Amino acid sequence: MEITNRVSGDMIVVAPTGRVDHATAADFERAVVPLLEAAGGPRAGLVFDLERVTYISSVGLRVLMIASKALRARGARIAVAAMQPVVAEILEICRFGAVVEVFTTVDAALDAMSPAAAASRPLATKAP
Amino acid sequence: MKRVRFWGTRGSLPVALTATELRARLVTAVKGARAATLATEEAVESYVDGLGFPVAGTFGGHTSCVQIETHSSHYVLCDLGSGARPFGQAAMARHGFASPQTYHIFMSHLHWDHIMGLPFFTPAYIPGNRLRIYGGHSELEAALRRQMEPPSFPVPFSYFKADIEFFHLVPGSRHEINGMTVTALRQRHGGDSYGYRFEQDGRTVVYSTDSEHTLADPADTKRFVEFFGGADLVIFDGMYSLADAISVKADWGHSSNVVGVELCQLAGVEHLCLFHHEPAYDDATIARVLDDTRRLEEITRAGHALRISAAYDGLEIEL
Repeated sequence: MEITNRVSGDMIVVAPTGRVDHATAADFERAVVPLLEAAGGPRAGLVFDLERVTYISSVGLRVLMIASKALRARGARIAVAAMQPVVAEILEICRFGAVVEVFTTVDAALDAMSPAAAASRPLATKAP
Repeated sequence: MKRVRFWGTRGSLPVALTATELRARLVTAVKGARAATLATEEAVESYVDGLGFPVAGTFGGHTSCVQIETHSSHYVLCDLGSGARPFGQAAMARHGFASPQTYHIFMSHLHWDHIMGLPFFTPAYIPGNRLRIYGGHSELEAALRRQMEPPSFPVPFSYFKADIEFFHLVPGSRHEINGMTVTALRQRHGGDSYGYRFEQDGRTVVYSTDSEHTLADPADTKRFVEFFGGADLVIFDGMYSLADAISVKADWGHSSNVVGVELCQLAGVEHLCLFHHEPAYDDATIARVLDDTRRLEEITRAGHALRISAAYDGLEIEL
């Protein structure tokens, strides 16, 4: 599983790829947990860019839950964005709407969650 | 094994339909009837069937008690929740007092909602009947006796006139009981619980309730995938949503509909039956959970379709 992350203003954007399931969730967790300290410090929060995730199982959602608990305990925010329809439906069935904020795009998430992140990206890419 | 009958399907404590809920259903039904033509008996039946289960039916409120009907004349039960009372009444109505029967009873664990039916289990009071009670807990007999001691209950265990024996089942071992091969599996629950895999004549039923699954542990997943492997029916503790099961209700010893689907898909199960319903859920909520669970199976299906039901008091599933 390929997982990239980048800093946008005071936000971290994490972008996993492919299936997050019993075979890959451990890799996902190992990639995400070190980011939680950073995201909960001077950062305002963390956005999971799920555009290239085709499936997420309970073990993958458990990682989102770990991240949500850690970040919210420090007053930071957590969101998922750009989900494929199947993944969005899985999160809804799992009742994760109260665990993470949901946005249609990463830019929309950054705009809503952090003025610093919104200001840090080029004007042309800002959400209307 | 021929079929499974559900006598109690609710988790934690019994519940009942309230007068307010019943009235709301009647109002819905009568409103809908204004535009219907109900001149014949068949038309009325058809109209009622079309109202949907949360209006025309109910999942019921008795706690865990499931009957597995085998090719033997002996009865097989899983757990003695409050559903054991109507089961016992039905057995007595069928056989009377003069025709002794044998009851094989497999106990998942000894929490109150799984044993509360025993004091009201009429066959236990009848001489000649035989109760064979199986479990993995060393305190099995003591727990069943204790709930019938003062000040908890006025009738002592010694009033039972049936021949009652207790058997400790070693988890992981295969036990030949009543023509079935029975395997117990220790499960994660406060004080432990045990799931049972019943095999007979090429049919397999798994009863796995009050079981929390450690999602981070692949070995735990593997154990359950093997235990469920190729089963015709898995009766599964789907008490909570996944979000609740791994957050506010973590370590409460229960699982979710979502994990039920995943394990059954991995194990190649034919039929998943959601069981041990949250007592705070009304019928509409349980029906919505069932719809969601079927949809989850549909959008995540990789092989054959997994049939999904939600257990209700009175449900019969043919094997």
